[in-house]
Amino acid sequence: MKIRVIEDNCQGHNRCKAIAPDLFDLDEIGNASAANDGVVPPGQEEMARLAVENCPEFAIEIIEE
Amino acid sequence: MSEEQRPVEDWASDFDIFDPDYVKDPGPVWDELRSKCPIAHTERWGGAWMATRYDDLRELVRMVPELSSRSPVVVPLPPQMREEAIAEMKMYGTENPPITADPPEHKPYKQLILPFFTPTAVEGYRQFTENLAHELIDRIIDKGEGDAAEDYAQQIPPRVIAQMLGIDPGRGAEFTEWTRGVLEIGQTDPEARRKYRTIIRDFFAELITQRRAEPADDMISRLIAAEVEGKPLNDHTISGICFLLLVAGIDTTWSSIGSSLWHFAGHAEDRRRLAAEPELFPTAIEEMLRFYAPVMMARKVTAPVEIGDKALCPGDKMILNFPAGNRDPEVFDRPDEVVLDRERNRHVAFGLGIHRCAGSNLARMEMDVALRVWFERIPEFELSDPDAVTWAGGQVRGPRSVPVRFSVS
Ligand code: HEM
Ligand code: SF4
Repeated sequence: MKIRVIEDNCQGHNRCKAIAPDLFDLDEIGNASAANDGVVPPGQEEMARLAVENCPEFAIEIIEE
Repeated sequence: MSEEQRPVEDWASDFDIFDPDYVKDPGPVWDELRSKCPIAHTERWGGAWMATRYDDLRELVRMVPELSSRSPVVVPLPPQMREEAIAEMKMYGTENPPITADPPEHKPYKQLILPFFTPTAVEGYRQFTENLAHELIDRIIDKGEGDAAEDYAQQIPPRVIAQMLGIDPGRGAEFTEWTRGVLEIGQTDPEARRKYRTIIRDFFAELITQRRAEPADDMISRLIAAEVEGKPLNDHTISGICFLLLVAGIDTTWSSIGSSLWHFAGHAEDRRRLAAEPELFPTAIEEMLRFYAPVMMARKVTAPVEIGDKALCPGDKMILNFPAGNRDPEVFDRPDEVVLDRERNRHVAFGLGIHRCAGSNLARMEMDVALRVWFERIPEFELSDPDAVTWAGGQVRGPRSVPVRFSVS
């Protein structure tokens, strides 16, 4: 599975990082980007989906199932 | 203001955000409006529109610059104060950036304050918050009763933000009084608004002069040293930012902690479940934020726009009812139930878009500490007098008095 954070939508709510700490990096103002080039390690797919569904800005996309 | 306080007959065309029954339990009105008239209107309190559907809120926060943040308060200033504010703005620029700023002015101010509020930065204040929470419990625990709002929830946010700003946490009670003066009482009492606004401005003006002479390792000194677009900030702008950082986190976070304790005091099943399953704290806190979201914001219409079947005109006020959006059945399963293990929770308690609450990580840390410490020390508690519970409403909604009793083994 691969995910991506749509930079223009992310407003740094930090829900993704709180739910799936290994899948996201935060910059110095708290905006997120996908860690590890967006590759979701096996076993963390459900966490990735939860991050998507808890982002109030609809800023996270699953680009490969 | 008696004219404003007539009973409401039609919420769609004549809503009243200060109606006492609404303030106590707004859920039924929101349901009615969302299904019948999702963009409601009123002439009360200066006149405003109000959006209650999740998708409309998402659309409205993106209508920038047509919807301006230069006056984000839900009740407008009285005419004379408005003129004074406009004159000041002409002289010094936007009043309390970033919350009163529009693009392109907004972004550099937001970026200036965000580093103070990242998850890592706020963790630095967890120990302080925890010690404070324990001290507050120490004061009531042997009595077997206390006020979860006044003795506890209310005491935490002013001291934490004071510690961060570099001002004396010992003056927490005063900071609370000032904040209520501008944000709560000041909504319907313009003289109080003016009085407390002046007190806060003067307080920071003096402090900025001191810190310019003798910089310290605190947020104010860092704001003094900072530059926006290559220029240092003037004192008026620095005090405007400090003003915002002081008041934005007090009523709001205290309301969230207070609503949570009110909920658990009155819902024994939820209370026992959380006490028995502390791994639920993260989802339970998000659910408290969703269900008891305390904050509504407003925008000033500056160009004609349409939303739903309504046409907004320049000069209109639009209230963004984020709390109502959080109970929209189009988005949330069982929206009118508190579900402590709700896993999918895209609530908008902290707003959306460019003005997303800068203090959301701090507020979440404070809620986490406040609730965990309370549950650890006082797992069994209940309302001692449900009729004595009082609520404040308007821009910020939350309980102001929550008498509880408890037995601790
Ligand atoms: C549970 C507690 C809180 C809630 C529910 C809350 C809610 C909100 C909301 C809804 C907004 C959006 C404003 C808009 O759209 O115009 C906002 C903005 C803001 N909040 Fe909070 N807030 C809380 C706590 C805090 C704390 C602790 C601070 C820390 C100082 C803070 C500082 C700010 C600031 C600076 C802004 C302006 C951001 C901007 O305009 O870009 N808030 N808050
Ligand atoms: S939850 Fe969404 S908005 Fe928040 S930091 Fe993550 S991607 Fe950005």
